[in-house]
Amino acid sequence: MSAGLAVERATKRYGSTAALDAVSLQVPEGAYAVILGPSGSGKSTLLGLLGGFIDPDSGRVLIGGKDVTAIGPVKRPTTTVFQDYALFPHMDLADNVAFGLRMRGWKRGPRRARAAEMLALVGLEGAEDRRPHALSGGQRQRVALARALAVEPEVLLLDEPLGALDLALRRAMQRELKAIQRRLGTTFVHVTHDQEEAMAIADIVVVMNEGRIADAGPPERVYLRPVSRFAASFMGEINLVPARALPERDGRAMLDTPLGPLPAPSGEALPAGDAALGIRPEHLGLSGGEGGVQVPGTVIESAFFGTHHRVVLEPRPAGPPLIAHLPQRADPAPGQRLVLAFEPGDAVILPGEDPK
Amino acid sequence: MRIASGLLAAGYVLLLYAFIYLPVVVLVLFSFHDGRLPIPPFRPATLRWYDEVLSDDDVVEALLNSLGVAALSSAAACSLGFLAAWGLARAALPGSGAMRTLLMAPLTVSYLIIGLGLLISFNLTGIDRSLLTTGIGHAVINTPLCFAICAASMGAQHANLERAARDLGATELRVLALVTAPVLWPAILAAFALSLTFSWDEFVIAFLLTRFEVTLPVEIWSLLRSGLSPKTNAAGSIVFLVSVIAVLLAELLLFRRRRS
Repeated sequence: MSAGLAVERATKRYGSTAALDAVSLQVPEGAYAVILGPSGSGKSTLLGLLGGFIDPDSGRVLIGGKDVTAIGPVKRPTTTVFQDYALFPHMDLADNVAFGLRMRGWKRGPRRARAAEMLALVGLEGAEDRRPHALSGGQRQRVALARALAVEPEVLLLDEPLGALDLALRRAMQRELKAIQRRLGTTFVHVTHDQEEAMAIADIVVVMNEGRIADAGPPERVYLRPVSRFAASFMGEINLVPARALPERDGRAMLDTPLGPLPAPSGEALPAGDAALGIRPEHLGLSGGEGGVQVPGTVIESAFFGTHHRVVLEPRPAGPPLIAHLPQRADPAPGQRLVLAFEPGDAVILPGEDPK
Repeated sequence: MRIASGLLAAGYVLLLYAFIYLPVVVLVLFSFHDGRLPIPPFRPATLRWYDEVLSDDDVVEALLNSLGVAALSSAAACSLGFLAAWGLARAALPGSGAMRTLLMAPLTVSYLIIGLGLLISFNLTGIDRSLLTTGIGHAVINTPLCFAICAASMGAQHANLERAARDLGATELRVLALVTAPVLWPAILAAFALSLTFSWDEFVIAFLLTRFEVTLPVEIWSLLRSGLSPKTNAAGSIVFLVSVIAVLLAELLLFRRRRS
């Protein structure tokens, strides 16, 4: 049993600061949504709102089309995997996992059997009688997941569930979370500040900043065609080149930039006033002569990052320093003159200021 | 030189412990004294006085009264202290700092003042002095202690456990019964054991608030009025033994908690 959820213009203030500022969000049934943002962006407040731990000052929360704003966590069809796991230290793993079933009046036999099934689902078969303190961080994480899933919630909430794990384990758990979510078809809402994690598992990424949603959509779309400067930079490194609309040339929208007049990425409406052209470093390559926009300049910094060389180029005659990812074999040295190039279609137009 | 100062230090330590424990040792020793008066020289050794104490109906009745008062008043003090600590730890209330201070303040007030205050209050309300009023008095002195012990062991991680329990559908009562109390069992039991010892050998309040049925310390006091006898030593030794057991129990529980 799974349900979609919606938040309608939810506002939550703490004193004079708005942790959530008229936030609206839709997550379809069975989707894996990841709320991404820096600390203090309101992402945990949003999750608390969905779980019923935080009451909004105004606005509504709907789960499966039903208004649950006034329903507390006890009766809400959601369960949460907490950041510190919050396993009950005085119970064995089976009793931990079966706790929600016990609250729903299941008898001891059936609920322990169901707990064993859930533990097997998360790769802990036969561990029913162990205690939480005897487990590693990754195993506790799995138990917390099994406990939250045992009651078959309509929506599962995960509050930075992988934050305490080391990198390798994190990546492994990401794949596993995604696999479990696919298998069960339950709607998952997962909070993190790690954009790689978000892209690895999300069907929908919700980027938050200062209590507002900076962008929301499929990860490819949010990464490649972000709608705000904040979303563009939070999803990964990006070069922002100031840009202004110019009169059309040959039926093509043109931009005035410090790099010279450039054709605008097609199909994008130009915002009035100041805007920026966003270019991802991996879209800037060594020029092969023809095609694309040519950017000559001087290398001022170069470092080897394993998968690529990260190069900072000072464009000539003018323009802000540009970061580019060049191939491993490129071996650029500071002071070297290079011509970089990018496809105008790979660049994205961003409003000058994020809307307030 | 170093040997001399070492000896000096050792001697000082011995004296200190003798100062603290000699009265107890003498009390216990002379409870086995084979003579009518608990005075030196010590003549070993007889269990006659214990036999006499335990066959004295008044003493045995007082002992059972004491146990009952101690157990029930400690249970009341623990429940009240635990609930107060839980409420103040979990709810953001205006003036919670003041409430904390007011709850702990009775720890500094003398038992005589508390006893007199209760005596006057019970007189005004027309409640007769009895074991019940004594129990109430003991609950009054022990609630701040239980509150302090429970409050000290309630941390933020426990608040998260409670959140998790609610999230899984537990009502407040079940959160308390299935999560908060079991997780804090060691602290609650330690508070209970300490309350037990305080109530068990408390004299001033019991003296002021009992009437016909008395607790063991009050009974021992009336034994003393008829003069010193190894019998009172035996009764005192029993009181001491029970206290030691309760303190050890509390120590064990708190110590285990700190280790885990």
